Amino acid sequence: MSQNIVEKIWHQHRVHHQDGFPDVLGIDFALLHEVTSAQAFDMIEQRNLSIHDPTKFLATIDHSIPTRINRHEIHDKTAKAQIELLRKNCAKHGIPICDLDSNHQGIVHVVGPELGITQPGMTLVCGDSHTATHGAFGALAFGIGTSTLAHVFATGAVLMNQPRVMRVNFKGELPEGTYAKDMIMHLIAEIGIGGATGHVIEYTGAAVHALSMEQRMTLCNMSIECGAIAGLVAPDQTTFNYIKNRLYAPDGEQFSQALVHWQSLCSDDGCHYDQVIELNISKLKPMISWGTNPQQAIQSHQVIPDGSSAALDYVKLNANQKLIGTAIQWAFVGSCTNGRIEDLRIVAEILRNKKIATDVTMYVVPGSEQVMIQAQKEGLDEVVTAAGAEFRMPGCSMCLGMNDDKVPAGERCISTTNRNFIGRQGTGSITHLASPATVAYSALAGFICTQFMTEEAS
Amino acid sequence: MSIQKQGKITIQGGCVPMMIDDIDTDIIIPAQHLTQTSKSGYGQHAFARLKQGDADFVLNQKRYQNAKVLLAGDNFGCGSSREHAVWAIQELGFEAIIASSFADIFSNNARKNGLVLIALAPDNCQRIAKQATQENLHLAIDLKQATVTATNFKYDFNINPFFQHCITHGYDEIDYLLSHIENIKAHKTAIMNQSLFIQPGHAT
Repeated sequence: MSQNIVEKIWHQHRVHHQDGFPDVLGIDFALLHEVTSAQAFDMIEQRNLSIHDPTKFLATIDHSIPTRINRHEIHDKTAKAQIELLRKNCAKHGIPICDLDSNHQGIVHVVGPELGITQPGMTLVCGDSHTATHGAFGALAFGIGTSTLAHVFATGAVLMNQPRVMRVNFKGELPEGTYAKDMIMHLIAEIGIGGATGHVIEYTGAAVHALSMEQRMTLCNMSIECGAIAGLVAPDQTTFNYIKNRLYAPDGEQFSQALVHWQSLCSDDGCHYDQVIELNISKLKPMISWGTNPQQAIQSHQVIPDGSSAALDYVKLNANQKLIGTAIQWAFVGSCTNGRIEDLRIVAEILRNKKIATDVTMYVVPGSEQVMIQAQKEGLDEVVTAAGAEFRMPGCSMCLGMNDDKVPAGERCISTTNRNFIGRQGTGSITHLASPATVAYSALAGFICTQFMTEEAS
Repeated sequence: MSIQKQGKITIQGGCVPMMIDDIDTDIIIPAQHLTQTSKSGYGQHAFARLKQGDADFVLNQKRYQNAKVLLAGDNFGCGSSREHAVWAIQELGFEAIIASSFADIFSNNARKNGLVLIALAPDNCQRIAKQATQENLHLAIDLKQATVTATNFKYDFNINPFFQHCITHGYDEIDYLLSHIENIKAHKTAIMNQSLFIQPGHAT
């Protein structure tokens, strides 16, 4: 019987099925960070349980740390204690940790793929809703809560009902000047923030397979923003090329064996999907969010729609106006959505030999130490600094307002991140989500704009 | 080894009508409070961004102070995976949430903490909200019968049979998983590990 890719992975990992009960689903690997793991360690310790296989876990530090140069000095006492506790827990349970200055510290969803841990057909979990990022490799990767992490610690499995599967087929070619970020924001705007609840999305279409791995990660990363449990792309030659020679990747004969398995991970002809969405992107313009959730977003030439007065009040904008031209005080490039080397290259190219607007503060935050090192090799840090922006140390930074990097109340930030919820980047902050290119063009101008500025202003 | 919790059959109490759609986890508990490493201490910050600056907001009103049931709009709990959102709501004294739909990760987290999520049709949610605004509405939730009852209505809801078993018997989900531990190990050896190609231990 023909199966879609999610069914294939599910059936291979399903340990036990009983009607009326959730399935017991085996988990291949779990990534952890400081914010959602401490209580999970407590839970297993209280029950005298041990970690089933510490080699199937990897920890990093990302959410709570400062991104200034002297980031070892953590002024927030509770954040400092949280990080210390992660180190202690990892040491105690034998879990490897990508600590500061290990060359591999970074945002959990940047680190996993760049180490070659994320591989096709795996089940991978993390106490973080953007775990779907790893779906770019054809892995079934999803966010879990702290209790579920304790389950994985103790048993290497989770309890879960088999998800429904939604196919999102992108038709047409992605136009110049638009990116995976615009594709996913377009989908979210179309189907809404609860549009894929209960589903895993498979992204299909030539435009998806034309994307680089890093762009695919951006695409899958925001699956949760339309409510999806996970999002994935069937692996292809681009996937295999990316994985080859990475630290945790198989080599030699093992790589050949892996390839045989990975190549089987595609949806069969005539397989069943619970829902199919088709989106034509051949005329897509850069997407920018205007409101207080990622669904409230428009293409750059469009006007803000009527209807959500609470959101408009919060963001201090009016319906029927364009976003283009709205003054900004902050520009942020980074996060698990857009903190990879290709994102930084795009930004640096736009900023090269130019200066950002004097009343804009711009942070460029590499997603990991590897990204930072590569950017420095290419001189991107110098380009960014010469333009008047700050090139900072790796971490989640200004994405979520839980470390030193916050947008002050009442100020407006154009950001490559994933959520524009009320207060997300700091209490009272206003966020506009966009691609790295749109953020860079806006930082130069001092107001929201894109490379299509002249035609949009008319 | 199993920590036996008390089973729960009914939830009885007042109901707070907070009819806002898409209540996200950053609204429930802002990220700046997530540096704590305990499971408590979140209630005081819960919904702070809605409570601040609006004295009339439902969660600021005295009449709802001892309510056990939170009534909300569509897509409750969307956003992050932070279980802190569930802990914060429970710390406010809520034992159940009624809404027309819930986000997936939030639902999973709620189940594991015994917070009961009840999905009702939007019309029924509106009707309960109206009544809870006009009078001191007392709800009785029967977890065995899967019903929500007041003096003038009774609604059935869908309850996952496994969750129903867990909550009514005080049974922890992890015990079910642990009862399958040998199956899990065997399945990993026989099938999963055959197609897992991670080469361990290089990075740190």
